[in-house]
Amino acid sequence: MATKGRTCSRSCLDYLLIEVVSHYANARQGPCLEVALEAIGLRVGIALAEWCTRDRSPISEPLDIIKFICKELWTEAFGKGVDNLRTNHRGTFVLRDVQFSWLEALHPNQLPPWLPGAGPSRTPTQDDVPPSPTSPGHPAPSTLPSPVTSHAVLPCALLRGALSALGLEASVTLDASSLPQADFTVVLRSPPGSWAGQE
Amino acid sequence: METINAEILTLTYGSIVRQLISDYEDVDEVNKQLEKMGYNIGQRLIDEYLARSKTTSCSDFKEVAERIAHVGFRMFLNTSARVAAWAPDGRSCSLILEDNPLTDFVELPEQLRGLSYSNILCGVIRGALEMVNIDAECSFVRDSLRGDDATELRLTFVAAAPEAYPYKDDD
Repeated sequence: MATKGRTCSRSCLDYLLIEVVSHYANARQGPCLEVALEAIGLRVGIALAEWCTRDRSPISEPLDIIKFICKELWTEAFGKGVDNLRTNHRGTFVLRDVQFSWLEALHPNQLPPWLPGAGPSRTPTQDDVPPSPTSPGHPAPSTLPSPVTSHAVLPCALLRGALSALGLEASVTLDASSLPQADFTVVLRSPPGSWAGQE
Repeated sequence: METINAEILTLTYGSIVRQLISDYEDVDEVNKQLEKMGYNIGQRLIDEYLARSKTTSCSDFKEVAERIAHVGFRMFLNTSARVAAWAPDGRSCSLILEDNPLTDFVELPEQLRGLSYSNILCGVIRGALEMVNIDAECSFVRDSLRGDDATELRLTFVAAAPEAYPYKDDD
């Protein structure tokens, strides 16, 4: 059994995440990329929430659960806490991580410019063309899913899984338009009345 | 070197293995896919290994195995392996893993006996070695997950590909 505090190289996880996305992007069998990554992320989130809460009393208030996720679970999973938390007190929360480690490498400036999602202001020039015989200097068709979209599925599902393990059903979306900053929007699914009385 | 909690790697890897099991419903195919994923990872990981370890090239296969066991496993998984059971011709050996972070919290049910849970490691080693012109084979022979008393990878040297330059001398 693991003792708390065991570490490994961060690049191991980076390689694994890159490879799992590329595996499902190219798989000829099995579920599509979104479905598979969603399922993987949900399980990780649930297990992680159970791992993080194993020595503590249950949390019941939604706001406390969100705070717990921002501080402890986030630190456990991503190495640092959430930088900013906003809420409309009606069940919507925005969690901002200004340096989200899982998507750091997808920062537009670090992507080859012919990929969708790469630096918006740049157009591919002859210098940018990859050294491959199949790319005679034009951008890839825009029907390709952006790498950012594919890589966002897993962290969103992870967060949703963690929330559900702690008793909150929610939808989670990610705004990654200004990477490495990531804004996760959590919308709780609960009867509107249950928010009455809170400020 | 930047480190993270190993739990998140362990949980993510476990979840991926589970997904592959439900995708393929065939243990042998899952083993194959894990090896393939590892192979792709190994091809990328070797660059980081060479850059960070600042080692010089190995003189023989014995040295290769020692580096994988003591430098590679330490660098990436923060664990180490023991090299043992050399074949008399020096072309194959065993890497005994004292401790495998990928298998923390893992128990295999009876019907998954044939699963090589950590098979990704074999792929990583094969992929990485291929990038330094060594063709090798790697597979699990014992796995403590399957009730064996140790976790043992068998590493076999196949061939050393000659260094191939993309240009001719007279160009």
